Amino acid sequence: MLEKMIFGRFIPGQSFIHRLDPRSKLLFVMLFVFAVFLANNVQTYALLLAFTLLVIVASRIRLYFLLNGLKPILFLIIFTFFMHLFFNREGALLVDWKVIKIYEEGIRQGIFISLRFLVLVLVTSILTLTTSPISITDGMEDLLGPFKRFKLPVHELALMMSISLRFIPTLMDETDKILKAQLARGSDISSGTIKERVNAVIPLLVPLFVSAFKRAEDLAVAMEVRGYRGGEGRTRYRQLKWDFRDTIAMLVLVILVVTLYFWRG
Amino acid sequence: MKELLSVQQVSFTYPTEDQSSTRRAVNDVSFTINDGEWIAIVGHNGSGKSTLAKLMIGLLFPDEGNIHLFLEKMTDENIWKMRSEMGIVFQNPDNQFVGSTVQDDVAFALENKGVPFEEMVKVVHESLELVNMEGFLNHEPHHLSGGQKQRVAIAGALALKPKLLILDEATSMLDPQGREEVIRIVSELKETTNLTVISITHDLEEARLADRIIVMNEGKVLDIGTPKEVFTKKNTLSSIGLDIPYAMNLSNLIRQKGLDLVGEHMTEEELVNELWTSHFNK
Amino acid sequence: MDISLQQVGYLYGKDTPFEKRALQEVDVTIESGSYTAIIGHTGSGKSTLLMHLNGLLRPSEGVVKVGDLEIHRKTKAKALRSIRRRVGIVFQFPEHQLFEETVLKDIMFGPINFGVEEDVAEKRAYELISLLGLPKEVAHKSPFDLSGGQMRRVAIAGVLAFNPSILVLDEPTAGLDPRGRHEIMELFQVLHEKENLTTILVTHSMDDAAKYADQVVVMHDGTSVMHGTPEEVFSDEEKLQSYRLGLPKTVKFQQDIEKLIGRTLPGLALTEEQLAEMIVAAVEEDPSC
Repeated sequence: MLEKMIFGRFIPGQSFIHRLDPRSKLLFVMLFVFAVFLANNVQTYALLLAFTLLVIVASRIRLYFLLNGLKPILFLIIFTFFMHLFFNREGALLVDWKVIKIYEEGIRQGIFISLRFLVLVLVTSILTLTTSPISITDGMEDLLGPFKRFKLPVHELALMMSISLRFIPTLMDETDKILKAQLARGSDISSGTIKERVNAVIPLLVPLFVSAFKRAEDLAVAMEVRGYRGGEGRTRYRQLKWDFRDTIAMLVLVILVVTLYFWRG
Repeated sequence: MKELLSVQQVSFTYPTEDQSSTRRAVNDVSFTINDGEWIAIVGHNGSGKSTLAKLMIGLLFPDEGNIHLFLEKMTDENIWKMRSEMGIVFQNPDNQFVGSTVQDDVAFALENKGVPFEEMVKVVHESLELVNMEGFLNHEPHHLSGGQKQRVAIAGALALKPKLLILDEATSMLDPQGREEVIRIVSELKETTNLTVISITHDLEEARLADRIIVMNEGKVLDIGTPKEVFTKKNTLSSIGLDIPYAMNLSNLIRQKGLDLVGEHMTEEELVNELWTSHFNK
Repeated sequence: MDISLQQVGYLYGKDTPFEKRALQEVDVTIESGSYTAIIGHTGSGKSTLLMHLNGLLRPSEGVVKVGDLEIHRKTKAKALRSIRRRVGIVFQFPEHQLFEETVLKDIMFGPINFGVEEDVAEKRAYELISLLGLPKEVAHKSPFDLSGGQMRRVAIAGVLAFNPSILVLDEPTAGLDPRGRHEIMELFQVLHEKENLTTILVTHSMDDAAKYADQVVVMHDGTSVMHGTPEEVFSDEEKLQSYRLGLPKTVKFQQDIEKLIGRTLPGLALTEEQLAEMIVAAVEEDPSC
């Protein structure tokens, strides 16, 4: 089940979208969220949808894989559609069958709102699928740079984030090992009353915390001996490079926003 | 011979709330290490050898006595400068991997020192070449074996081109193949650069390669000497629960069974040779 | 209790794009009361194999038999519990599984899970504390206040506490110093006899396999490729090398001597003692002396 879930996963690749600077991708998504709310009629929604498809094509991620992975969220979108369909009471009455009354505006709004939801989910998924978490962190650190002036510990936050990301697989492994060891000692997490199940998690959590603290201590020492004393005076090995293609991506987005603005009703 | 590091009458006690059980973790320890030497510090767990490593790298400061690096006393003030002259690799391969990929991890010390980007790229590649990991630039740590992670850690420790490399039980969590990889890399580094190595270990095969061995027990130096000198003082090592090299153990057993052997045998080869010349080929 | 694997295969992440085969057609029978070493290069499948011995993993193909109980692809979780009671596993760095407030409680965790009466479990826990050479006072201490070596013993006691008839050891000496290693291996030797165990040792150390085991299984590329007494397995250097395994130091040394004197010594020495005796005997009867 979890293996099929793609939200928050990264698929390495060399497509146009993959090679964009994380900063341009982050800006792109932020602006896109804004652009989506400009759409309010058939042309603008059609344009949004076409644009989203273009982004998917440019990312070379298979549509089937994308939709399959978004199944849990697709359910929500369909649910939204039906909510509008049944409860919007504006416009002409189209269907009147027993308790079900469907109005023109209901269909219209249902389609529009679920489309809006769909393109937002698709475009943000493309962002996370084509950008490694660490690049996203780099991009955020850079974009938030100006806030350092307001005492926002941008460097520290970014470092924290990148170390957490680095240790996720390690801790997952560890959890699996401890779980197996306790299962081998007859522990049973999958059956019993709720209270029993909660109690069964303790033998897993305590060792996990003990080891996480030990790791944190070791890591702090390892960082100190390699001369880490905070963000000041540090240079960066991970360089972000704003390319011609990033400018193009931004331009395309500006054109989209402008077109949406003129086409909207 | 030029002096690189000297430890003079150093003692250290871990601060505890429980005043009754204060035992000196390191007790009146003195020795000098010369430029270009390979030193092994051996002792069983709790002998004070890891505390000694922390003192040498300035993570702890001695209660009594001094440590000098390049004849300069190590103090609170100059410790950051001193540390850039030393690299250390710890026991757990996972817990010292800071970067998200191999190259990021090697660059970590360089970033901290504010080295310009172009220079960093060059040094990262060079350092990874030294440990034969240049093909793994973008690998993430959880896709590497323990031995590979430790080699990356060595590259990271060497990035600032220190004079001294300390291995604090760096091989003890590895499988035999990983252990062999790391030991081979360190031996090669010794050959190609004039690196001084201090390896803290209880692996006798590793200690055997050193120029000198320092034996620690209960916080004190029990013995210092060449591997041959240390291993041939019969009861020293076994009395504190350390192994002796395989060949020496075997030659002792053969003696016990009543066969006369003349020399001391550090390696299997030496033992086979004596058996051949003095017993089988008369 | 016999334990046997018949045509066992295992796939990680079955039916996903990340599917990976870890075991195939493994056929091994481990006899009751034997001390079997499983050796193999890292990635040879020995860890995956180990998790099949008590149903932590269910085979994708084939069947695992523990006495009269079977594990196959569709075995229910309930049935696995009775298998886990029979097969205790001491994992690598077992001290990482400690979690209780006191040593005593931690040792009793397994037996209580398996439905043993509390007073019986407690009695057994005290018995194990002394059997494993731990001081009596530790019973009411927190396991996290003990030394590394003591923690490992407590964790081992926690597995022995529910009286498994088969004890599986996964690199039990990893991270210990030489004295600790020796003590733990000797301890398992004693337990093997005293507790009438079937012992399965998964190890990288050819020396330990030669010294302690009476049967050796070699794993390579996810399948079992050799099975025999240590004498049989370790006399085939060529084959071992093709599986990227070396020889025990003792065997290697014996070979060197044999090459030098141009004749073979009787038998294969598995411990240093045996080898020393053999060499002395060979010198004494050497016609050229």
